[in-house]
Amino acid sequence: MQEFKTVEVNTDLLIIGAGMAGCGACVEGGHWAKENNVKLTVVDKAAMERSGAVGMGLSAINQYQGENTPVDYLSYVRQDLMGLCRDDLVMDISRHVNGSVHMFERFGLPIWLDADGNYVHEGRWQLMINGESYKAIVAEAGKTAVGIDNIIERVFVLRLLLDKNDKNKVAGAIGFSVRDPEIYVFKFKACIVSSGGAVHVFRPRSTGEGLGRAWYPPWNAGSSSYLTTTAGAEMTSQEVVFIPARFKDGYGPVGAWFLLFKASATSATGFNYMAEGLAEGGELHNWPPYGEVKPIPTCLRNHLMMIECYRKGDGPIFIHTDKAIAKIAEQAPNEKAYKKELKKLEAEAWEDFLDMTISQAILWAAKDVFPEEGPSEIMPSEPYFIGSHSGASGAWVSGPEDIQTEESKNEYFWGYNRMTTVKGLFAAGDGVGVSSHKFSSGSFTEGRIAAKAAVKFCVENSEMPEFDQAEVDKFKEQIILPLKYYEAHKNYTTLGTTSKKYDLPVEEVNPNYITPKMAMFRLNKIMDEYVAGWGSQYNCSAVTLNIALDLLKLLKEDLSKLAARNLHELMRCWENVHRTQIAEAHTRHKLFREETRWPGYYYRSDFKKMDEKKWGKVFVNSVYDAEKDEFTMLTRPILHLVDIKEVVGM
Amino acid sequence: MPSFVIDEKCDGCKGGDKTACMYICPNDLMVLDADRMKAYNSEPDMCWECYNCVKICPTQAIEVRGYADFTPLGASVVPMRGSEDIMWTVKFRGGTIKRFKFPIRTTPEGEAKPDGGFGVGSGTLSDQLLFTEPASLKADKLWTLGD
Repeated sequence: MQEFKTVEVNTDLLIIGAGMAGCGACVEGGHWAKENNVKLTVVDKAAMERSGAVGMGLSAINQYQGENTPVDYLSYVRQDLMGLCRDDLVMDISRHVNGSVHMFERFGLPIWLDADGNYVHEGRWQLMINGESYKAIVAEAGKTAVGIDNIIERVFVLRLLLDKNDKNKVAGAIGFSVRDPEIYVFKFKACIVSSGGAVHVFRPRSTGEGLGRAWYPPWNAGSSSYLTTTAGAEMTSQEVVFIPARFKDGYGPVGAWFLLFKASATSATGFNYMAEGLAEGGELHNWPPYGEVKPIPTCLRNHLMMIECYRKGDGPIFIHTDKAIAKIAEQAPNEKAYKKELKKLEAEAWEDFLDMTISQAILWAAKDVFPEEGPSEIMPSEPYFIGSHSGASGAWVSGPEDIQTEESKNEYFWGYNRMTTVKGLFAAGDGVGVSSHKFSSGSFTEGRIAAKAAVKFCVENSEMPEFDQAEVDKFKEQIILPLKYYEAHKNYTTLGTTSKKYDLPVEEVNPNYITPKMAMFRLNKIMDEYVAGWGSQYNCSAVTLNIALDLLKLLKEDLSKLAARNLHELMRCWENVHRTQIAEAHTRHKLFREETRWPGYYYRSDFKKMDEKKWGKVFVNSVYDAEKDEFTMLTRPILHLVDIKEVVGM
Repeated sequence: MPSFVIDEKCDGCKGGDKTACMYICPNDLMVLDADRMKAYNSEPDMCWECYNCVKICPTQAIEVRGYADFTPLGASVVPMRGSEDIMWTVKFRGGTIKRFKFPIRTTPEGEAKPDGGFGVGSGTLSDQLLFTEPASLKADKLWTLGD
């Protein structure tokens, strides 16, 4: 095994992960850091140019306020999450987000314009873009703001280090290079965790070669949650997963089809479950007040589909692309105009895939699917952890000082915007909970908000904290343990040598260790079968959740026997440690909240109804004690800072 | 196997210690076999089919074959990415070919300025204004509770 050397990085503010939120932090932080003589460094597991969830591209900007007010946006978010939302965080992003979008346009992102030069909206909040290079363009601005010498790529941060004199304050971070045998030790006054959501915690629907075709990117391994949780930061709403309903298998986007082309969806036999659900006496009225008001919350739209597929057995769900196209084209005055319109729609539909889910384009081409000729299947996916979309899991953070009432100031504000309950530890994007529906533009905006506050923290807390060197030495040993484990035991069993072209990974059977992929499959199976994945038709109960906790305990013990054959696999090992942490937190949150609040995301079969009285006015939070390996569950009040008179739709 | 490298087209990026595909892959999948100077996808079932390796390859040696567990053979989706736009060629299993061309950016590469040309606004470290505001908002002031 190669000798590892240690690289020490001293800085003031470290941005961990440079996806959309991290790039926002770079752009904003770059300015304030320079003005205040604060040193800013950014570290990314991949290359900033295409890292994070927008790395493939994106076909829409999903949060733009336009002329709407932050209260309008709040009404939509609160409704969509069945009442679960921090008003201050949501309105804070909303009031800034137009500015970020205007900046994207100036960076060079092509936003669709109509004949009058106004943005083309997909829906009230959504703008259509030519987004193939969205991330590359935004990263370019971020890199320029930070300066190339302050960017560290291909380094995976594993764990935060706390101040040895104040265990509620961050002092550093430790990680390793996935390319060279180097351990990185960062020392800083503050950091921003913007390391994405979590994918492959639950078993994906495709488990062969298509294992990687998750809706959210497979490289999002729950690092945001792990870093903040294990540092002792209070976490919120870890029970709230997001389940997107997308084109089957390819997970291509349906937004343009539903919003722009006004397509409808039905069960196999043609039951219009949405219209029927809304009609008097329909299923949606069992979920007041959210089910009775448009727009129908995302989970309830899933719920209606799940009733068709699982309770009635009337699946699959079809989205009628053919009828939608025909209806739009019908409005054309003549044959020539009709053909022209059809061609335009076709290009728009294909770009929607090619910009952000190219697999769906391959799948349609491979199956000779022509959307104008017939319907396609849509299907709810496996659950994801994503604080930026219609999910809510993440760190519990301070909000802005000015968007508070006297009452909320005591609960939601503690000095620095987007700082967690640990001093100097900030979060953004998927790392922040109950600040949902920020998507790409809002995540970038939240990164900006966090970075400005974090620079302020560095200025006002100018003394460099110190971590415990003994602890660092212990982590250094732990990090490379999977490599050592492999070397120590690899010769115990035989490994067939085949005439492989290259040294492709082959799963090895050895009683001394577990490979990262098998650890992930074990986690996936536990979560799918006991914690309400697709395999259990999204059902769980106290009984199944407790079985899961028992199995997770065994898995956690076995994670100390992970084995890696190279640095790439070492990264995979630690990714699965990260995933397992959020899996356990999620299971405990689900167990704690004794109701079904988000049907269509998961069902507590022992508490089938929403219980507004007991759970309607609280967030479920948790604090993890890393030394004792113990979770403490608690609730925090949901305070409404403004009265919503009318829900503003999509 | 999601993205794959065509043997005879790959030149290992001619002797650098790292190939373009290794540089860009967000999931660290691409590896250079230094003996043969050929890159390969080392973990195809963790490939997102994001096409970043395909788009960046200087010799057009990388393509994508859809995930075999649900994608029939015979189709291909091939991009040609320039500095201003991208051209896609979609070949269907049944032989249909469709071509699409979309813009990718409106500024020359390297010209994305962090302030977006809005300049530095009037904010200080203690207030709520981000550094380009209020100009970047295209509004007179930043919204606050009570407005």
